[in-house]
Amino acid sequence: MSLLDKDLETLHQELVAGDIKATDLVEQSLDTIEQRDPQLNAFITVNAQQALADAVALDEKGIKAEDKLAGIPIAYKDNIVTKNILTTAGSKILNNFEPVYDATVVEKLSQAGMINLGKTNMDEFAMGSSTESSYFKPTHNPWDLDRVPGGSSGGSAAAVAAGEVFAALGSDTGGSIRQPSAYNGIFGIKPTYGRVSRWGLIAFGSSFDQIGVMTKRVKDSAYILTAMSGKDAKDSTSSKQEVPDFTKFVGQDIKGLRVAVPDEFFGDGIDEEVKTQVEKGLKVLEDLGAVIDHVQLPYTKYAVPAYYVLASSEASSNLQRFDGIRYGYRAEDVKNLEDVYIKSRSEGFGSEVKRRIMLGTFALSAGFYDAYFNKAAKVRTLIKQDYERVLADHDLIVGPTSPDTAFKIGAIVSDPLKLYYKDILTISSNMAGVPSASVPAGFDSKGLPVGMQMVAKRFDEGTIFKAAAAFEAATKYYEVKPSFKGGAR
Amino acid sequence: MNFETTIGLEVHVELKTKTKMFSPSPVTYGAEPNTSTNVIDFGFPGVLPTVNREAYRLGLMVALALHADITKYTHFDRKNYFYPDNPKAYQITQAEEPLATNGWLEIEVNGVKKKIGIEEMHVEEDAGKNTHGDDGYSYVDLNRQGTPLIEIVSKPDIASPDEAYAYLEQLRKTIQFTGASDVKMEEGSMRVDTNISISPIGSDKLGQKAELKNLNSFNHVRLGLAYEEKRQAQVIMAGGSVRPETRRFDEASGETILMRVKEGKDDYRYFPEPDLPAFEIEDDWINEIQSEIPEMPDKRRSRYINELGIPEYDAGVLTQTKEMSDFFEATIADGANAKLASNWLMGEVSAYLNANKLDLLATKLTPVNLSTMIKLIQDGTISSKIAKKVFQETIKNGSEPKAWVEQKGLVQESNPEVLTPIITGILDANEQSIIDFKNGKDRAVGYLIGQIMKQTHGQANPKVVNKILMAELNKR
Amino acid sequence: MISKNDVTHVANLARLSLSQDEIDRFTSQLDQIIAMEDELSHVETEGVKPTTHITDEVNVFRNDVVVNDGITREDLLSNVPETKDGLIKVPSIIDKGETDA
Repeated sequence: MSLLDKDLETLHQELVAGDIKATDLVEQSLDTIEQRDPQLNAFITVNAQQALADAVALDEKGIKAEDKLAGIPIAYKDNIVTKNILTTAGSKILNNFEPVYDATVVEKLSQAGMINLGKTNMDEFAMGSSTESSYFKPTHNPWDLDRVPGGSSGGSAAAVAAGEVFAALGSDTGGSIRQPSAYNGIFGIKPTYGRVSRWGLIAFGSSFDQIGVMTKRVKDSAYILTAMSGKDAKDSTSSKQEVPDFTKFVGQDIKGLRVAVPDEFFGDGIDEEVKTQVEKGLKVLEDLGAVIDHVQLPYTKYAVPAYYVLASSEASSNLQRFDGIRYGYRAEDVKNLEDVYIKSRSEGFGSEVKRRIMLGTFALSAGFYDAYFNKAAKVRTLIKQDYERVLADHDLIVGPTSPDTAFKIGAIVSDPLKLYYKDILTISSNMAGVPSASVPAGFDSKGLPVGMQMVAKRFDEGTIFKAAAAFEAATKYYEVKPSFKGGAR
Repeated sequence: MNFETTIGLEVHVELKTKTKMFSPSPVTYGAEPNTSTNVIDFGFPGVLPTVNREAYRLGLMVALALHADITKYTHFDRKNYFYPDNPKAYQITQAEEPLATNGWLEIEVNGVKKKIGIEEMHVEEDAGKNTHGDDGYSYVDLNRQGTPLIEIVSKPDIASPDEAYAYLEQLRKTIQFTGASDVKMEEGSMRVDTNISISPIGSDKLGQKAELKNLNSFNHVRLGLAYEEKRQAQVIMAGGSVRPETRRFDEASGETILMRVKEGKDDYRYFPEPDLPAFEIEDDWINEIQSEIPEMPDKRRSRYINELGIPEYDAGVLTQTKEMSDFFEATIADGANAKLASNWLMGEVSAYLNANKLDLLATKLTPVNLSTMIKLIQDGTISSKIAKKVFQETIKNGSEPKAWVEQKGLVQESNPEVLTPIITGILDANEQSIIDFKNGKDRAVGYLIGQIMKQTHGQANPKVVNKILMAELNKR
Repeated sequence: MISKNDVTHVANLARLSLSQDEIDRFTSQLDQIIAMEDELSHVETEGVKPTTHITDEVNVFRNDVVVNDGITREDLLSNVPETKDGLIKVPSIIDKGETDA
């Protein structure tokens, strides 16, 4: 058994007692990466030397009982900037970019003693649900190497599921933490918008983006999320709300927990096996004392179109700074400024990114703003109100995370619209800014993981941790390990 | 055909803050390239803006001084366009809900007063600077990137180049008095873009506008607009039509020159800036700022005229800048005669500032020192002639006038018991002058006074000397 | 229906150049996606305010105090492809006119 299969509390106790060293954890992590990553492609950059140096320094200093996270290996999605470490956002346009500052989450977790093992693969600029749009390489799913790990935080999810690293951060604009967590059989949470600082997150859709954490076990995420949350003066949208110790919710019983199950989450297009697993999951919650209630979220069917208008509009503006002038890729053979802009951007961005830039530019352009951007922003209000209404008398909304399980690499890459509808169950949480997680909920007949989504009120991540931990304790799906089957070896 | 003119002015004014509009890097003037910048100004991936409270406060202060309605619920927007001096490829501005709307200023041209409306004003960030080299390259300095600006857009109420000039002067003065900006065109802290159209008198349709840019002074604005008025009239009279174009003013020829013809509207794809939460401007804050706005120049000017008896022209000059006006008021508050204080500021002080190219506050002169000096003149301690010496000393070296006068022995001699023997002695020695005086030759008096002054090293009080001399002459 | 001309216009705004092949492909894909987005027109939104910010925060200001983050000009310029004397060097501009403030 790998050291990294243990939970955080066990590792921490062993570190404090001196039974293991941080160096052991980092070496375990690097060994697994060396063994698995040639097949998985979960990492864009492995921070081996620095990680080892940090571990040695930490071991010399010693780990104290209060340093809960010290010595624990973590990886960051490659759209989270890391000082002096290549940060690409999965794009050619940043293939040589070394940031001069750390994202706030990196600063906070480094401060807590976590060790950065490297940067994980992702869909280019987080635009995608399969990690196939990465400029560098596609990531493979450890449960079936012929399949995608989901996306856009596919590298982070695969790395955690494969035991390459203990935890990984991802970003979630429309489901990019939860869907890959579901596909990889791990826990992943997108906190409330504003809970975690976005300073240093390469923006996609600024009013949707949120950084979150992915681990095998629920409580481990609770530890890490507690450490990385909170108001940041550098992010005006970050919240002043007090950050509770999320680990305190783990172990609380869920008797009387009011669970809303939206009919829309079990409609057409949702795989039958996924439905079956999630219904089994709901039964487990009921057995644990939760009260299940069926509800409607009528506006969720407009979530996909509204989301693609709004997030693409924001993205079209956010991605204009990649112009070949101050950093990143600059095309060769340029005669004038327009060449620098047009050639660098046309050669530097991949198809999916260009498509979204075009969509967003169109939605904001003269004559179309009211029909697209403004209309979608109004629909967003209605979706938000749907959630507020249901969550006013329920503690949790529960349903599947994704309509299906991991699909084959290359299967739908040429059909963007089909790919967009993969997000149908996750994007509403981003539209409403509410916290949302995916919890492992068993497997389909092909042995592929199914995720169950839990959505709570704004700033009520605690209830998600409570319910997810109770569910985990009752089901123990984390005990099943990925098979690494398939793939041309 | 006779035409009427419609002029619009868009004025950008830099707000005087320590840091930028959306980043905590310093606002500087003339620093080494790219040294007053940070990751936000560079538009690095992952950075986020934060709003400078002081910049917003100064914006509100300007808006209130311009009698505008403050927008209570507001947010920032992004204006998207690519340019090397615009690192994010969008400018953060207020498009949908500007800071304030519907303000006005009163101007006076040839004795006629007129209210000029202000459509709206908004705060935004300045761009960096892009210099075109001769080598086929451009060079970008981002020091100015993010400097807070307020943009003030006039209503189409301005009907002549002279009115435009008066509006700009009034706007400059008003903002200068709030302290929100230096408002100096020569330093770029005030920039003016204009548009102008003409239409036949009585027509209810505005003519096609042309824009006029790159204007370096108010006078260039006036000259450029006057040229445009004529040019457009000639175009129309010749059967042509004015094109939607951007022109610049050429100082050497006094003409406007075509820069480019505008084709279609620019599409800036404005949308609400998602990185900055919305604002609800509190009434308490507005009231607080309102109470901090100093008395405006027009009010001060009429007070100086009506209450202090200062001539109109002088009162106008004294209220050109807040520094001058404040200095004047502090001087008279310390007890100096208002007219004397005004004369000194308008005369010697202004001459000194001009000769040395200095701002008033850059000298060592203080209102108390000036008032002390004026009081020394008023009570006869020093003569006006000596006062000029004292003034030079005080403004150059900051010496306290009273102490310096005493130390240098420059106190005026006014005691008759001291002066009478000197005067009788001089009369005794100049019999011919007395004869000349008796024969009605006034020149003789001047000669005698000269002699007295010579003997007293110029320190005799001329009034007292004159009185004693006349009495003594009449005795003989 | 979005036309090839629309696609080219939008690409110009976004400073992207598309091959003929890409124009064809993007036109058909964007047309499908925009048709999907057009479903929004079925939603009654009379009197509904747009949501453009999802944060609860309002009136977030920063004090006017210089922050020195220790990042030097050399750091800032370290990713710039070409510099000269502390300036960012870029190929010349075919001037399309105004630099807006």
